[in-house]
Amino acid sequence: MPSDSALRIVWIYPDLMSTYGDQGNVLVLEQRAQRRGIETETIHVRSADPVPETGDIYLIGGGEDRPQILAARRLRKDGGLHRAIARGASLLAVCAGYQIMGTTFGGEEGQPVEGIGLLDISSSRGPARAVGELVAEVDAALNLPTLTGFENHMGVTHLGPGVRPLSKTVKGVGNGDGFEGCYAGHVVGTYLHGPALARNPALADLLLSWRVGDLPPLDDSRYEALRQERLATVLQD
Amino acid sequence: MTQLPLRAQLASALGRSAATLSRMTGRGDGSVIGGRVGLLLEPDLLRQLARDRKLALVSATNGKTTTTRLITSALLELGEVATNAFGANMPAGHVSALSQHKRAPYGVLEVDEKYLPEVLATTGAGVVCLMNLSRDQMDRAAEIWLLAQKWRKALSGKPTHVIANCDDPLVTWGASTAAKVTWVSGGQRWKEDSWCCPECGGPLDRKDADWACRECTFHRPEPQWVVDGDAAIDPRGQRWLLDIQLPGQANRSNAVMALAVAETFGVPVDRALPRLREVTSVAGRYTTVERDGRHARLLLAKNPAGWLEAFDVADPQLPIILSVNAQGPDGRDTSWLWDVDYRILRGRPVFVTGERRLDLALRLDVADVPFTLCGTFMEALAMQPPGRVDVIANYTAFQQIRSEFGRAV
Repeated sequence: MPSDSALRIVWIYPDLMSTYGDQGNVLVLEQRAQRRGIETETIHVRSADPVPETGDIYLIGGGEDRPQILAARRLRKDGGLHRAIARGASLLAVCAGYQIMGTTFGGEEGQPVEGIGLLDISSSRGPARAVGELVAEVDAALNLPTLTGFENHMGVTHLGPGVRPLSKTVKGVGNGDGFEGCYAGHVVGTYLHGPALARNPALADLLLSWRVGDLPPLDDSRYEALRQERLATVLQD
Repeated sequence: MTQLPLRAQLASALGRSAATLSRMTGRGDGSVIGGRVGLLLEPDLLRQLARDRKLALVSATNGKTTTTRLITSALLELGEVATNAFGANMPAGHVSALSQHKRAPYGVLEVDEKYLPEVLATTGAGVVCLMNLSRDQMDRAAEIWLLAQKWRKALSGKPTHVIANCDDPLVTWGASTAAKVTWVSGGQRWKEDSWCCPECGGPLDRKDADWACRECTFHRPEPQWVVDGDAAIDPRGQRWLLDIQLPGQANRSNAVMALAVAETFGVPVDRALPRLREVTSVAGRYTTVERDGRHARLLLAKNPAGWLEAFDVADPQLPIILSVNAQGPDGRDTSWLWDVDYRILRGRPVFVTGERRLDLALRLDVADVPFTLCGTFMEALAMQPPGRVDVIANYTAFQQIRSEFGRAV
């Protein structure tokens, strides 16, 4: 049994919103906490179940159009995620999960669908699918190294005054306006789909540090080798 | 069979010449280029080649090539069978397969999931075999709920007889608009894409192979055929020991799907089964290659469900070499590695290679699976003690390994 002090990682709706490797973000957070001696407890919340409000870090991944609409509807009705964020929990919302956090997003036929309003953003369907490697320079205020990952979406996301862009795209499409993702408080949204934290361990550490404070460094050679290989290959193309 | 129109005959013949030329110049097995040339000269060629034949189409995320091969073997009991044995599973490959066996009264065609509606409409195939749907190379493949919805539309209102795996909820939903369905309880190892009802989005309650939606009436249909360990139970309740040479539970499931399809063509189990037992490898899959006393068995795994199946086949007593690429046919996105549970490999000597070995290395590191990183497959093989070793590779990595052995496998 994990103790009361264990870091609680809550994975929201893996049955609806986990199309491709989204579990990676859970695993990377667990590993990076545990290697620093921080005990973790991971809770998989299926879409028929209530979202607990006492988690520390919440994760939501990508999904097809219809599951995305269902997830938005259930999260709104449930309210647990809103209460958790109000209590100061961190959230990483990826791809379709990122769009849900806004006021609206594009549905199956491009129709506007109501989001859950945790981020001041609105999304719609773009003209073409954005598929490929993405490289972006993170907002200086966050003091993070270059973002690297893969995007696969049709969304265009407009940022309102209540959020800051997470990063400026060097390669790839991101929000569609030269920026990629956004953040506000301890909520981060990104189009880097699937295991975004595996390619960006510093972002994982940011989410962790928001809950547990300063973190000692880890041996990141495996992460670094992959990052360098990807960045070198992608920026050369 | 009725004679093909002159234009179709010419298109078919020129396509075959292009295929031969492609083979002779070492560019490939020629099945795609030959079909493309034929279709260019006669866009209606596939329909004309399919006319008057009894056809089965085989589609799924995994096991298409193997099941196509098994059905073909069974139907050889009846006579000549045209088939795209090498996995060229789009219309050009179908044209090529049917052109090469102009007089074959039967055809078994592996069909890419996305192309199934088009190929069904064009060929008017009488039988369709559907095994499973799960997440697959997302950067180029369609989303699977959307795929199943297209299958529903394609099958609706047609006289097609569908043989479908009712243990897979999405396949069941995709098949259930067909006029006639034979349900096979074929098992489902990978369940991560079917926790929600395809009909209404509600939660699916599962107990063993059975499943039902908690919120609507959608539920698992009663199967006529059942895969039970190493046995098939036919619609009359008779139990048949499969005893096939292809390894693993996924292939036993493929074999029972093949038996059900064969029966719709009039081949009874007692005649089909000996044919299935003759199949030992399929386009290099499950084959063993040898170099300097190292015997490497080659397993292909292209997506998370495929890796689960490969783990089921791999021998836990043996070392294992894993090779991962991310070229076009593999999908350029390696995110799927994070959907595979590699912890089953703990305790085995694991060797990692392939063009995206650093992605796999990190994945294994996070799963606490120790491994050795190798620059090439041959380097990994040379590090093995003499004896047997298992190899799991994704598509182009697998083909690269086959080429190292002159594709003699």
